[in-house]
Amino acid sequence: MQLSRRQFFKVAAGGLTGSSLVAMGFSPTAALAEVRTFKLARTTETRNTCPYCSVGCGIIMYSLGDRAKNAHAEIIHIEGDPDHPVNRGTLCPKGAGLLDFVHSKNRLKYPEVREPGSKEWKRIGWDEAFGRIAKLMKEDRDANFVAKNADGVTVNRWLTTGFLAASASSNESGYITHKVVRSLGMLAFDNQARV
Amino acid sequence: MTNHWTDIKNADVILIMGGNAAEAHPCGFKWVTEAKAKNKARLVVVDPRFTRSAALADLYAPIRTGTDIAFLGGVIHYLITNNKVHMDYIKSYTDMTYLVKEEFAFADGFFSGYDPEKRKYDKSTWEYQIGEDGYVKTDPSLENPRCVWNLMKAHFSRYTPEVVENICGTPKDKFLQVAEVLASSHTPDRVMTMLYALGWTQHSVGSQIIRTAAMVQLLLGNIGRAGGGVNALRGHSNIQGLTDLGLLSNLLPGYMTLPGEKETDYEQYIARRAPKPMRPGQLSYWQNYGKFHVSLMKAWYGAAATKENNWAFDYLPKLDKTYDVLQVFELMHQGKMNGYVAQGFNPLNSFPNKAKVGAALGKLKYLVIIDPLATETSEFWQNYGEFNDVDPAKIQTTVFRLPSTCFAEEDGAIINSGRWMQWHWKGAEPPGEAKSDPEIMAGIFLRLREMYKKDGGAFPDPVLNLTWAHKVPFEPSSEELAKEYNGKTLADQTDPKDPTKVLKKAGELLDGFAQLKDDGSTACGCWIFSGAWTEKGNMMARRDNADPYHNGQTLGWAFAWPANRRILYNRAAADPAGKPWDPKRKQVWWDAAGGKWVGSDVPDFKVDSAPEDGMGPFIMNPEGIARFFARGMMNEGPFPEHYEPFETPIGVNPMHRNNPKATSNPAARVFKGDMEAFGTAKEFPYAATTYRLTEHFHYWTKHVESNAIIQPEQFVEIGEALAAEKGIKAGDKVKVSSNRGYIKAVAVVTKRIKPLKVDGKTVHHVGIPLHWGFKGVAKNGFITNTLTPFVGDGNTQTPEFKSFLVNVEKA
Repeated sequence: MQLSRRQFFKVAAGGLTGSSLVAMGFSPTAALAEVRTFKLARTTETRNTCPYCSVGCGIIMYSLGDRAKNAHAEIIHIEGDPDHPVNRGTLCPKGAGLLDFVHSKNRLKYPEVREPGSKEWKRIGWDEAFGRIAKLMKEDRDANFVAKNADGVTVNRWLTTGFLAASASSNESGYITHKVVRSLGMLAFDNQARV
Repeated sequence: MTNHWTDIKNADVILIMGGNAAEAHPCGFKWVTEAKAKNKARLVVVDPRFTRSAALADLYAPIRTGTDIAFLGGVIHYLITNNKVHMDYIKSYTDMTYLVKEEFAFADGFFSGYDPEKRKYDKSTWEYQIGEDGYVKTDPSLENPRCVWNLMKAHFSRYTPEVVENICGTPKDKFLQVAEVLASSHTPDRVMTMLYALGWTQHSVGSQIIRTAAMVQLLLGNIGRAGGGVNALRGHSNIQGLTDLGLLSNLLPGYMTLPGEKETDYEQYIARRAPKPMRPGQLSYWQNYGKFHVSLMKAWYGAAATKENNWAFDYLPKLDKTYDVLQVFELMHQGKMNGYVAQGFNPLNSFPNKAKVGAALGKLKYLVIIDPLATETSEFWQNYGEFNDVDPAKIQTTVFRLPSTCFAEEDGAIINSGRWMQWHWKGAEPPGEAKSDPEIMAGIFLRLREMYKKDGGAFPDPVLNLTWAHKVPFEPSSEELAKEYNGKTLADQTDPKDPTKVLKKAGELLDGFAQLKDDGSTACGCWIFSGAWTEKGNMMARRDNADPYHNGQTLGWAFAWPANRRILYNRAAADPAGKPWDPKRKQVWWDAAGGKWVGSDVPDFKVDSAPEDGMGPFIMNPEGIARFFARGMMNEGPFPEHYEPFETPIGVNPMHRNNPKATSNPAARVFKGDMEAFGTAKEFPYAATTYRLTEHFHYWTKHVESNAIIQPEQFVEIGEALAAEKGIKAGDKVKVSSNRGYIKAVAVVTKRIKPLKVDGKTVHHVGIPLHWGFKGVAKNGFITNTLTPFVGDGNTQTPEFKSFLVNVEKA
């Protein structure tokens, strides 16, 4: 006798219990061994590292979809990576809540601007954002760049705009940020390591 | 960390001081419990609060915040007077026999060379005596009164247990118990690790606290050893990486430094950073500085960096001073800055004296925020009632807010406290139109470059010539960037012994930093990361967790800089003859038959230098050894000295009662106006300290629903005695004020904080968790840094968040 999971529940709802079915030799092969398939079994696993403190716990993110080009991957569960030599699968109260960080309602979704004196944000496009920011930076740099100091020594520095980098961003983000910031001659440059 | 997380299991004694690993680094703390369970390790916790780390300790000692140098100075005094030092280790591996200049002196709280007007030292006397052979003079007999050992003994002779008790408020018997347990690790078969965090760094004497700790570990012979070291438990997931990559005002990648404006000559600039050995036979590895620097400039500026233009030396901005964040916000407050970009950083919450920081931001022409979350800084102009009482109409700053990806939506590597570079993979697309940080940097930079190309402008050369070898220029990939910091050859590299043999073809990725050249034939964006992504592939993505020696080194897991080395200075784990100090704890040793250093870790040493050559284990120092005497490298003196926090509850430095100028760090920089904003114990009698909770991470997790549920509302911790004095009950709303502002929060009345007897006075502590603000899904609260003083450490300018004065009253 072959029963699908749905049929099995129908049968069970009809008054028979699972155990009596089995006793009568009608074991629904999949249904009893796996009353309900784990949702995680149908997800894609991705290895990542917890972004909070510096222990660097390994995590596994489970997302819906199989990475097909048309499939929208949605992370539905995050847990500790048992292979990781430091955390060995454990997570602390912060790491255990990572899913709610990824899906926080306070995640920013669109570029915005707040104009001088205004009380509100206005949504803008990336092109406008990049264009306006680059223009402001260039105006300031061209007006205030110090090519030589009072002694006539070449110093090539730009002090009137500063930059704070992020200690949760990747090495690759940090590397390209440093490259860009120094090429502009900025010295007012720091990250959380200072505080 | 000199060592790393799993290595904590190898310790016999663990000191947690200036940190609270059980709550702030819970999954790393498991290695403390592992050491206790499997290694019978003894855990000692020294903290103003009885933390959850303390709850698991074998021994807990209370201490007044900001007095760690007095405590650790007392430990040094104890070790020396009771002869509990690892003498064979320090004789060979430290500067104890070195002779110091006759003019060097310490009196009345000042070292020689102090200028009270400038609040600065002339450090010229803080140096060794140099012999006719050009090397440092030494006295192996230790009889010369000018040898470091005798100067150090004299300096710390004042730090008696009675002095410790008087300054720190730690009962003498408790202090002696702690000293005895720490001292038990002075034998070769016992090792102690020290774990610290922001509780040591966030003081006006923070760097000197950590130096004192390192001196204790050297005296005990615990540096370079499995289960030992001085271990900074860093606060953020990649703060290690960002530091390594040099994203600080005065740095370049790999702990190289920018030139100052007095350094006009390129050759001298390099030579100053590539010191010759100060003792015979020493490696002084920084002698390779030129190779690291030229390779960096080739990575950044490619063909535009040539031998003729000194590898584009003019492209590097020259410093007149360090523009640390306190300096920058001071300038901003004076109206001297126009623009600011905050990438994944929330300065309104994170910097001291919120009123000053907010006012400073309001003087900017433009502010750019790049963040996954809606931060307080991005809305500093918005009125949030008592939490942020400003008038938007009066704030003329244009603010851009750009959405960025979070960890789950990008590939890349971050570096944990143990220097492990661990690769991670993207699991989903970001929400809405959010972009990755590299894409955002590319978006801004490529437009700037286009404008400079079209219209010209101030010194466009470095902007126009910056290398940008990305397949999709607006989307630099993590793989491309990681390969760039690993480095590659630009020309065929031949065998120096046989020039017909090509070792590496042009364009190939480097195996490590030993292959770097100063002739422009290699490019490398961060020399200490070289080896992370080689022709063999991405070493950071390795996942072999095998631990064949059962000492937790897991050399096949990820990649640890430098050179996949897991414990720094590990040559010091063996005695001068090259044999492990402790045969049960074998790390690296000299294999006489093979003529090289071998072991369970990658040797931190010249692998073919035989023990009889006499090369010291601290190869980055030109002396080849570790320094008790810091020479001119620290701003407030070559030996640590106790100075009070700038806001001191006792108003006097008991070490120097007759010299009020030596009450607090004499060499710390204080801006005009900030000195006046310090409070006194008369108005603000209680010692306050800020800290994290285990349920929250900084100002992020108040945006996270599950964390907001388990820890929803701002509170402060007050001891039972103070609460009784003030008539405050648990759950009452209290107002906590400093000379810079106030916060209101729920009072938690606790047994965890007890009053201390300090210099004849009773000192109460107030504990202030830092996680709240006016944005988030938790209950809105006050920004803790409304209260904190605008002064930093004398060397790093890390703000003094951990010691200040407040008053408490029922709200």
